[in-house]
Amino acid sequence: MIDRIIDEIPRFFTWYNTIFFLQAMGVTLALSLIGCGLGSIFGFALVYGRQTRGRWFTPIRILIVGYVEVFRRIPFLVILFIVLFTTEGFGVRVSFFGIALIGICVISTAYISEIIRAGLEAIHQNQWDAAEAMNFGRVATLRYVIMPQAWKVILPPAFAYFVMFIKDTALASQMGVLELTRVAKIFNDRGYSPFLTFGTCLLLYFILSYPLTRLGQRLERRLASSRNR
Amino acid sequence: MPHLEIVDLSASYEKGKHVLAGIDLEVERGEILSLIGPSGSGKSTLLRVLVGLLPPDSGRLEVDGTPVDFSDKRSLRELRGRCAIVFQQYNLFQNMSVMRNVTIAPTKIKKRDAATVRAEAQALLEKVGLGDKRDAYPDELSGGQQQRVAIARALALKPEILLLDEVTSALDPELVNEVLDAVRVLAREGMTMVVVSHEMGFVREVSTRVAMMDEGRIVETGTPTDIFDRPGAVRTRDFVAKILRG
Repeated sequence: MIDRIIDEIPRFFTWYNTIFFLQAMGVTLALSLIGCGLGSIFGFALVYGRQTRGRWFTPIRILIVGYVEVFRRIPFLVILFIVLFTTEGFGVRVSFFGIALIGICVISTAYISEIIRAGLEAIHQNQWDAAEAMNFGRVATLRYVIMPQAWKVILPPAFAYFVMFIKDTALASQMGVLELTRVAKIFNDRGYSPFLTFGTCLLLYFILSYPLTRLGQRLERRLASSRNR
Repeated sequence: MPHLEIVDLSASYEKGKHVLAGIDLEVERGEILSLIGPSGSGKSTLLRVLVGLLPPDSGRLEVDGTPVDFSDKRSLRELRGRCAIVFQQYNLFQNMSVMRNVTIAPTKIKKRDAATVRAEAQALLEKVGLGDKRDAYPDELSGGQQQRVAIARALALKPEILLLDEVTSALDPELVNEVLDAVRVLAREGMTMVVVSHEMGFVREVSTRVAMMDEGRIVETGTPTDIFDRPGAVRTRDFVAKILRG
């Protein structure tokens, strides 16, 4: 079997095939980065909305809690199909990549908002009180007092989630998005050895996620020390 | 006109469970009013209302004759611009150095000139005996030192009224005096203060007036001599006797 793989290598790593794989890697990376980036922004917005006070905001709070609780419980694949058929139902033409991206944002927003919320709740109420008593508004309190302390609680689970997320984007292959897993499958179907195709796929996933893990560790060290000197 | 006037004020954390039940109290300018009373009598809650952290259910709070509207952000900002509070647990910002703890609100919220604020902050830190600790972080300081930073931080806001919420009760006994000394200095300077304290010797020494609280009400007010030596109400007599004996 080894002979067969070695024999296949020159035919497999042609210029065209390599570009095809790298493009797929780019798609996986784009899905993950944009998904997590938008998810972080929307997630933060949800937390902000959830923290509003007063009766008038009650419907907003209920909507947010409902959203978070529902979408954290639905499998990613199901979300993808929901997005697909919803867009079709409304007669909107969206590319498979677009559908995958929307699905990813829907889920990552729900997850990341929970991670951020937990991080904020880890900060003692007395920090909020002190800031409020000194006339800090909500944004100033978050910016100067709460977030600098909450990072160290938020970052580890957030990066663990981002890494997990890169892997989850593989499900977009089911929609026909030409990302890593799908491309590996295509090569495999063309008759290349699965060891070679999925081995390359594995390696590329590792190349994508390992730096992210390291970046997470670095950020943790930098932001997370409770002091920013 | 009293500096602070509280009229029939009630407040609660949960609906229907009054922690303050009809408080009437006046504090004159330059007066040091101490609130004493058993735990749960509403002393700290009253201070939280005075600094706008807890809106009252009913009643009125007036500063210099102007009523505070707790539903109006501007009115609340105005109130907090005049009153500063020092908390029992210091509540220093853990992510900031001592200096930044003191300067952040004046520079970032009041938008005052950073160099001026810094110079003032240095002077305040020296006043509370911590001039050399400006670059330290809260977790590197003892409780007494943290509490003195908290006092400097409150003073940096240039309040007219300083609220002290059991500022020594979280401290080791040997650290109590360093904090009380800092408060004594302020008392001599004529700042209006509302003090919640269990240090009866201290209350007696610095207060111009003492109010005894129980179950969310003011039982009686009087000079320290009145309250400690010839209390009128039975409740006050019991409390004072217990505290002085203990």
